[in-house]
Amino acid sequence: MISVKTTVNGEERSADVEDRTLLVSYLREHLRLTGTHIGCDTSQCGACVVHVNGKAVKSCTMLAAQAEGCNITTVEGLADGDTLHPVQAAFREYHGLQCGFCTPGMIMSAVDLIRRIPDLDEPTIRQELEGNLCRCTGYQNIVKAIKSAAEQMAS
Amino acid sequence: MYEFNYKKAGSLDEAKALLAGADDGKLLSGGQTLLPTMKQRLAMPSDLIDIGSLAELKGIAVSGDVLSIGAGEKHADVASSSEIRSALPALADLAGMIGDPHVRHMGTLGGSISNNDPAADYPAACVGLDATIHTTDRSLSAEEFFVGMFETALSETEIVVGVDFKVPQKAAYMKFPNPASRYAIVGVMVAQYASGPRVAVTGAGPSVFRQMEMEQALASDFSPGSIEAIRQSPESLNSDLHASADYRAHLVGVMAKRAVEKAS
Ligand SMILES: Cc1cc2nc3c(=O)[nH]c(=O)nc-3n(C[C@H](O)[C@H](O)[C@H](O)COP(=O)(O)OP(=O)(O)OC[C@H]3O[C@@H](n4cnc5c(N)ncnc54)[C@H](O)[C@@H]3O)c2cc1C
Ligand code: FES
Ligand code: FES
Repeated sequence: MISVKTTVNGEERSADVEDRTLLVSYLREHLRLTGTHIGCDTSQCGACVVHVNGKAVKSCTMLAAQAEGCNITTVEGLADGDTLHPVQAAFREYHGLQCGFCTPGMIMSAVDLIRRIPDLDEPTIRQELEGNLCRCTGYQNIVKAIKSAAEQMAS
Repeated sequence: MYEFNYKKAGSLDEAKALLAGADDGKLLSGGQTLLPTMKQRLAMPSDLIDIGSLAELKGIAVSGDVLSIGAGEKHADVASSSEIRSALPALADLAGMIGDPHVRHMGTLGGSISNNDPAADYPAACVGLDATIHTTDRSLSAEEFFVGMFETALSETEIVVGVDFKVPQKAAYMKFPNPASRYAIVGVMVAQYASGPRVAVTGAGPSVFRQMEMEQALASDFSPGSIEAIRQSPESLNSDLHASADYRAHLVGVMAKRAVEKAS
């Protein structure tokens, strides 16, 4: 067992976990932050994406121990009180979700993508979503939501 | 995952000592290959030795005609490095084609070449760009380093420290990605040096290889047309549910021509 200390959504958190505990289990089971999802066991679906020290990563493919001392943002940490983050608001506005299972990872990936790449066009958004799978929407409205949020956040 | 002990190394020397002292220790760099493999219970190391934050494995520097990259440099940092973009854009392009943004934020050069997946991209860069691979014990040419499918010349306690790529006059990498995983079904790095051209193929065979016939043709005429008629033999190429050996052989020609065209 090891004690893993992190800052999650601005709060200092710690938990005693097994050495083999994945970051996603640390977040979901130990900190009860169940917004981050697990959609596969092959590191391909992206439902588990969170930000570690400002970078989007798959929390199912990282050990909790590797996140010791890191600053983590999960989907729960995006909104400002009752005000949704512009990307969250755009997903609602453009109907960027159906069952919602992929949504936390899509939104965390989108926030990262908008931060990294200025002037996002549609082909770039589609290419950058390579690591996020959605079984419902056909991606059309997800792409529209991200494009609109990017434009709004740039203005 | 099976149980294991997690240990974070504070230096390369400590990592070596921890490896030597463990029953069946494995290095953990970006974890983007090792952790999925362990989750599938295809590997069960007794100890994971985390070298992910070692400063000794970081660094990107150009000196004369050599581009040196630390084994711990992540794919995303190689793809976005302005130094690499200007010295060797083909390598930055290659790093930017690996997997997806999340994988590129974690995965490292050292982890990729040490694993030597037959479908990985970096082996084509190492062989195509005449790289020297520096380990804790010695320096090897890329051709000595990559031995076979998932096999390298590394010993159990040897750690890759960095790679020196030779900066070419021109180069380009073209890849036909598996649409699901993004790994290379076939990827070809073509580079032109004063000493002659190099053509390195990944994804097609059990391990990266040089396409000598194409190198000879390009030496007299560096143009897509000069390799048009060359047929890669499908013999000993990989055949799996993603692509047959015949199809891979065909793709070697197509990707090589596109790479030459892009480099010209
Ligand atoms: C969804 C997905 C898509 C991917 N797509 C691609 C792709 O398109 N192309 C591609 O090339 N790769 C792809 N990868 C693999 C990715 O590039 C990995 O990052 C890389 O293969 C391994 O690097 P790592 O740093 O994560 O290594 P790890 O997983 O940490 O380690 C891999 C192996 O190397 C050993 N090792 C690590 N560092 C060293 C070192 N310095 N010295 C000696 N041994 C060491 C480890 O012990 C382990 O055996 C993909 C991975 C995923 C999950
Ligand atoms: S749960 Fe992490 S990629 Fe699918
Ligand atoms: S909304 Fe159902 S998986 Fe994307």
